[in-house]
Amino acid sequence: MTKGMYEVLSNKRIAQDTYEMELSGDTSSLERPGQFINIKIEGLYLRRPISVCHSENGRLTIIYKVVGKGTGIMSKMEKGRMLDILCGLGNGFDISKGKGRRCAVIGGGVGVPPMYDTAKSLIEQGNEVTAILGFATKDAAFYIDEFEKLGVKTIVTTDDGSLGIKGFVTDGLKTTDCDYYFACGPEPMLKSLHRTGISGQLSFEERMGCGFGVCMGCTCETLVGYKRICKDGPVFESSEVTFDVKA
Amino acid sequence: MSRLETSLSGIKLKNPVIPASGTFGFGYEMADVYDLNILGGISLKGTTLEERFGNPTPRIAECENGLLNAIGLQNPGVEHVVKHELPKIRALYDGVLIANISGFSVDEYVKVACAFDNAPEIDILEINVSCPNVRHGGMAFGTDCAAAGEVTRAVKEKTHKPVYMKLSPNVTDIVPIARACEEAGADGITLINTLLGMVIDPKSGRPIVSTKMSGFSGPAIKPVALRMVYQVASAVRIPIIGVGGISCADDVIEFMSAGASAVQVGAHNLVEPFACPNIINELPVKMDEYGIENIKDIIGRSLAL
Ligand SMILES: Cc1cc2nc3c(=O)[nH]c(=O)nc-3n(C[C@H](O)[C@H](O)[C@H](O)COP(=O)(O)OP(=O)(O)OC[C@H]3O[C@@H](n4cnc5c(N)ncnc54)[C@H](O)[C@@H]3O)c2cc1C
Ligand SMILES: Cc1cc2nc3c(=O)[nH]c(=O)nc-3n(C[C@H](O)[C@H](O)[C@H](O)COP(=O)(O)O)c2cc1C
Ligand code: FES
Repeated sequence: MTKGMYEVLSNKRIAQDTYEMELSGDTSSLERPGQFINIKIEGLYLRRPISVCHSENGRLTIIYKVVGKGTGIMSKMEKGRMLDILCGLGNGFDISKGKGRRCAVIGGGVGVPPMYDTAKSLIEQGNEVTAILGFATKDAAFYIDEFEKLGVKTIVTTDDGSLGIKGFVTDGLKTTDCDYYFACGPEPMLKSLHRTGISGQLSFEERMGCGFGVCMGCTCETLVGYKRICKDGPVFESSEVTFDVKA
Repeated sequence: MSRLETSLSGIKLKNPVIPASGTFGFGYEMADVYDLNILGGISLKGTTLEERFGNPTPRIAECENGLLNAIGLQNPGVEHVVKHELPKIRALYDGVLIANISGFSVDEYVKVACAFDNAPEIDILEINVSCPNVRHGGMAFGTDCAAAGEVTRAVKEKTHKPVYMKLSPNVTDIVPIARACEEAGADGITLINTLLGMVIDPKSGRPIVSTKMSGFSGPAIKPVALRMVYQVASAVRIPIIGVGGISCADDVIEFMSAGASAVQVGAHNLVEPFACPNIINELPVKMDEYGIENIKDIIGRSLAL
């Protein structure tokens, strides 16, 4: 984890209630795709965790959906604004596990952003990659071109069928012969992916106190013990995950 | 002597700033972030006899100038803590280590306290009779004079290290409870733990935290904590560790003026990982500004004003 001040380079709407923000600042603590940052927003007490979509040499891109106070304030931020950010949080995806496998990167809604750099790293590693991007509707969809430009076969699903396959990302997955996945999205999506029995890595979300492992605010039960989503996660292997929580 | 030095029951602290229990884990993970040896002390995560998962998530909600938490004392159990966590933190930290102890019966408090009493790494035993996030226990012992006294007496009888009773603000009058602890032999008082609070989603009407009600802390509770430190300091002779909403050097000076010998920083560690080093660096600057030579000199100065 590093803490620093980051400058907003751009901040624009890219889909319904969805914004892309580019920041400049220290990216040295980002080691893997799927890590996140924690943003201090003036006037709000807790920081807001957002995944890193893309990073390279002192620049990073995040994509966020306006769902409440903090993301609402963020959507109005202008170029040049400085933000207090904790960077390099969480474990991120271990893409080396995808070597020699037919990999899918699967994102649902605002789970799509971290899959961008994941796909990019997999390609750099020599993998052939299929992206399966799930959205509620056509209006909520974003980044399809960006994934295609990476040279990734891109399958889109929407809940209402307004774009791509009507259905969920699991319906998209069925049309491929992928034998390993990297996924981020709402819990029901992760649960149905897990149920396919295909192995992979899943990235989870939880309300956080600190985001760096000291408060135990984000703990979940796994098959390998109690884990903090912010520090031991947010990414877990499908073999570690259970959706039958006793607590 | 350093200007920032203070003491608790004869134990020297480099400075009065201690991360509060539950907001700093078992300490060692923060060693990657800054040198822990600048800290006056560290109060470790609340520990019970058996391993506990704690409460289901969501355990956290935001509110105006603070947060609510319902961790529910997640910890790996005292045996694991003594065997694995204490050596790890001691290898990285040479200051005062405070064990934070919870239980569901007097007997459990005593057992956990004895395990830490026998652990050479630990300097002070902090008995949490004030956790609002567990049923049948925790706070129940801290909201009743007889029960608080009974836990104190039982722990004191079986242990040798200084015993600090950590009290709950969720009472009509904190003074008789603090007095009961002092009379039962407590070496000091830590106060306050979290206030029982609530946050509801206005759209759905549903409480945000899984336990519905949970522990409220952060800057918003500072006036309550300060008032209680002041009241207790007027009523007991044993030292006080002040805690509640502290986020800057001025807050430390206020709490020490009200009668605290040292302070703990809780919620602020979560939103600002450098909270404690920032406060420690700011203290001498503020002391110069206010003409304070040594921080010890101001302990309780407000009581006479
Ligand atoms: C590891 C991680 C990565 C994330 N990545 C992204 C991303 O790339 N893009 C994106 O749009 N969103 C992402 N989220 C969700 C994002 O953190 C929340 O949408 C955001 O915190 C909402 O803040 P708010 O102030 O607008 O909402 P409010 O409802 O006003 O927030 C109130 C409190 O609840 C918390 N909260 C609300 N919803 C969530 C949630 N879904 N997850 C965690 N905390 C929540 C807030 O952080 C805040 O503390 C991520 C969450 C986590 C844990
Ligand atoms: C996430 C969290 C976990 C906590 N866990 C404990 C605990 O295990 N034992 C304890 O005595 N107090 C615990 N507390 C209470 C704090 O130590 C402190 O007394 C309280 O939060 C008030 O201080 P603050 O306003 O600076 O947070 C916890 C507080 C928070 C926010
Ligand atoms: S949010 Fe604090 S430990 Fe994960």
